Amino acid sequence: MSKNIKLRKGLDIQLVGAAEAVVEQAPMAKSYAVSPLDYENVTPKLLVKVGDKVEAGSALFFDKNNPRILFTSPVSGVVSAINRGEKRKLLNVAIEPDQQQVYKELPVVNPQKAERSEIVEMLLQSGLWTRIVERPYGVIANPELKPKAIFVSAFDSAPLAPDYNFVLKEERAAIEMGFAVLARLTDGKVHLSARKGDEGYMKEIKGVEYRTFEGKHPAGNVGIQIHHIDRIAKGDIVWTVAIQDVALIGRLVMGGKLDMTKIIAVAGSEAQKPCYKRIIAGAAVESIIGKVAGNVRIISGNVLTGVKTEADGYLAAGADMLTLIPEGDKYELLGWAMPRMHRFSVSRAYFSWLCPQKKYNLDTNLNGGERPFVVTGLYEEYLPMDVYVAYLLKAILVKDLDKMENLGIYEVLPEDLALCEFVDPSKIEMQQIVRDGINLMIKES
Amino acid sequence: MGMRNFIDKIKPTFSKGGKLSFLHSTFEGFETFLYVPNTVTKKGAHIRDCNDIKRVMIMVVLALVPALLFGMWNVGYFAGRVGFDAFWFGFLEVLPMIIVSYGVGLSIEFAFAQKRGHEINEGFLVTGLLIPMIMPVGVPLWIVGLSTAFAVIIGKEVFGGTGMNVFNPALLARAFAFFAYTPQMSGEKVWYAVDGMTGATALDYMSQPGATMEGFSVCDAFLGTIPGCVGETSTLAILLGAALLLFTGVASWRIMLSVFVGGLAFGYLFDITGWTEYPAYYHLLVGGFAFGAVFMATDPVTSAQTNTGKWIYGFMIGALAVSVRVLNPAYPEGMMLAILFMNALAPLIDYFVVDRSIARRKKLIKNVK
Repeated sequence: MSKNIKLRKGLDIQLVGAAEAVVEQAPMAKSYAVSPLDYENVTPKLLVKVGDKVEAGSALFFDKNNPRILFTSPVSGVVSAINRGEKRKLLNVAIEPDQQQVYKELPVVNPQKAERSEIVEMLLQSGLWTRIVERPYGVIANPELKPKAIFVSAFDSAPLAPDYNFVLKEERAAIEMGFAVLARLTDGKVHLSARKGDEGYMKEIKGVEYRTFEGKHPAGNVGIQIHHIDRIAKGDIVWTVAIQDVALIGRLVMGGKLDMTKIIAVAGSEAQKPCYKRIIAGAAVESIIGKVAGNVRIISGNVLTGVKTEADGYLAAGADMLTLIPEGDKYELLGWAMPRMHRFSVSRAYFSWLCPQKKYNLDTNLNGGERPFVVTGLYEEYLPMDVYVAYLLKAILVKDLDKMENLGIYEVLPEDLALCEFVDPSKIEMQQIVRDGINLMIKES
Repeated sequence: MGMRNFIDKIKPTFSKGGKLSFLHSTFEGFETFLYVPNTVTKKGAHIRDCNDIKRVMIMVVLALVPALLFGMWNVGYFAGRVGFDAFWFGFLEVLPMIIVSYGVGLSIEFAFAQKRGHEINEGFLVTGLLIPMIMPVGVPLWIVGLSTAFAVIIGKEVFGGTGMNVFNPALLARAFAFFAYTPQMSGEKVWYAVDGMTGATALDYMSQPGATMEGFSVCDAFLGTIPGCVGETSTLAILLGAALLLFTGVASWRIMLSVFVGGLAFGYLFDITGWTEYPAYYHLLVGGFAFGAVFMATDPVTSAQTNTGKWIYGFMIGALAVSVRVLNPAYPEGMMLAILFMNALAPLIDYFVVDRSIARRKKLIKNVK
């Protein structure tokens, strides 16, 4: 009898445009990119220049704060552009791929036999180390440290999120190998949590502490799961890895090369054909969804936590989906007084509660103006944690480090408060506030 | 969309650099009232719930309507009118109070928003309606205006505006009027809109030693055909509003319930110990108890914010209100003071509740070692 944790709080936002369970092969993109902006707190130092030839797995830049952390190219080809923004800030390194992919030889070791340091080195060299996230703060794991435990969530509960049982159907061997690698990185446990009733082969994975979660979003957020399995106290370090990245790590060991092929979901009401696509990480958005007509928001990730991108942009490193929804830059006459049957609200001041099964086509309109904190008790209903949301946010706003620590800054990442931000009638930018608070903690520590 | 075109045409005049840019906030206030703006999400969640503070506040205003309409009729009824005539008479008496309250309050709000460069907050839509509803109908209009100004400036704006205030502004207005202009706010004349009529309220009766409440039937008190402040007399109309607030989740059911529980518990206590000669539930029907419990105690900004805190906060309001009524004959009505006092204590209650969460978090550290 495996352990099950049931969460009462949360919300599943029903949206139209779920990906159909079909995998299409996306064509090779004209360009791939690696961006330091997909990670928090990275100061990039370039290792290549425009025109350099690179192999899949060649380092493109490293993090000045920790020079062992390398960011590698997902494909072989020629560095076609180094894009910079204001103050010469590095935006991304773009690579024009070869027709025939060449893979860099990497120091691959057997996870059962090798020393831990060799395993760490293998992951660092391959660039896959960047996929290991450290908490508190949600930054790239520090290779000098050993975590208390490693947490992996086998499902994503966000709106329109990919079904990983489907995505990873043929990756079982890689997943098992990936977990074997993770097991060597900690002296503690590797926790694997799947969705109850939709467990696939996850329940048969060896060498992990297996659990199921049931409940609405954000039950699939690894941060929520950590809170209910083994909370992060001051001084604790834990690592988390996304389930598809576990497969990438496993594939590295099995194939001896960096193969960044993965399957992502293309979803949302504006997606022409919502389905799954097999791509290589960092691919140009256009190669995945083609030309996009009309006033559409393209999101690298899900509608709650993803990053806004453009048709000429790239898929973010951690993103396992592209979501396309309509922009909402329209005025609405007396909107706040209207019944608004086509819009969704958790409040019974509107009528969504009448049809709980209805799927909505929501746009990006803010639906109001930003106001101070007014309502109380609402946010906590959408965060299944022992955290007083408004108190934590106010502590961050006044930059009170002690209070932030006391009120739970170590336990949350912006993504965990995304639902609170969604339901907030005061339209407060909660994820940004949490991010600012975390960055302040990093700066002051 | 002729209106939209017109607004877009005059917008530059009010924007930065325009001739009337000093009225920017005011313009924006009216614009966003007419049209939900076309702002799209930039950071964080790309989609948002369609609920906003305007909707929240308008729900409270809607919830106040039954009590307001009944209050208007009741004013006429006590002036000796009947039927629609009574309502029309009361309407004409109460309307100037509402106009003065909104006029004075909104002007100050707009001026402050302009000065600070903020958007106009919707909170005063509720406050401005609450103030006339908790005043006796005979109060001079200049007192309504003056106390509104006091409440908005001293009660709200000096703390930073909506969301930052410690005390419920509407109650503060009433407290100001009550203490600064006691003769005009109490006595036996103020409850009537016509000169020459006098009569005590149920609360005045209750504050007499040995009162038995025989002069007021429970039915009258529940339906509201008793003298009192404009909006407070009809428990039935207030409960209609409460139903809307609870159903939409705008007001906290924890607070509302616990105020009534606290009032009943202490009323019962006084009854069995022989302090009072009437049953405990009388307290809930007369005076401002029900109105305060439903519309004032539940103000999210000035009440306790944690769920546990809400239970304590509400219970204490009910208990204190009844205690003041019974133990201090000088103040027949205890609800206003009870809520204001608990407004001041709410942050302290929350402090202890939140502290328990902090303690649980700190305990984790010890468990590790």
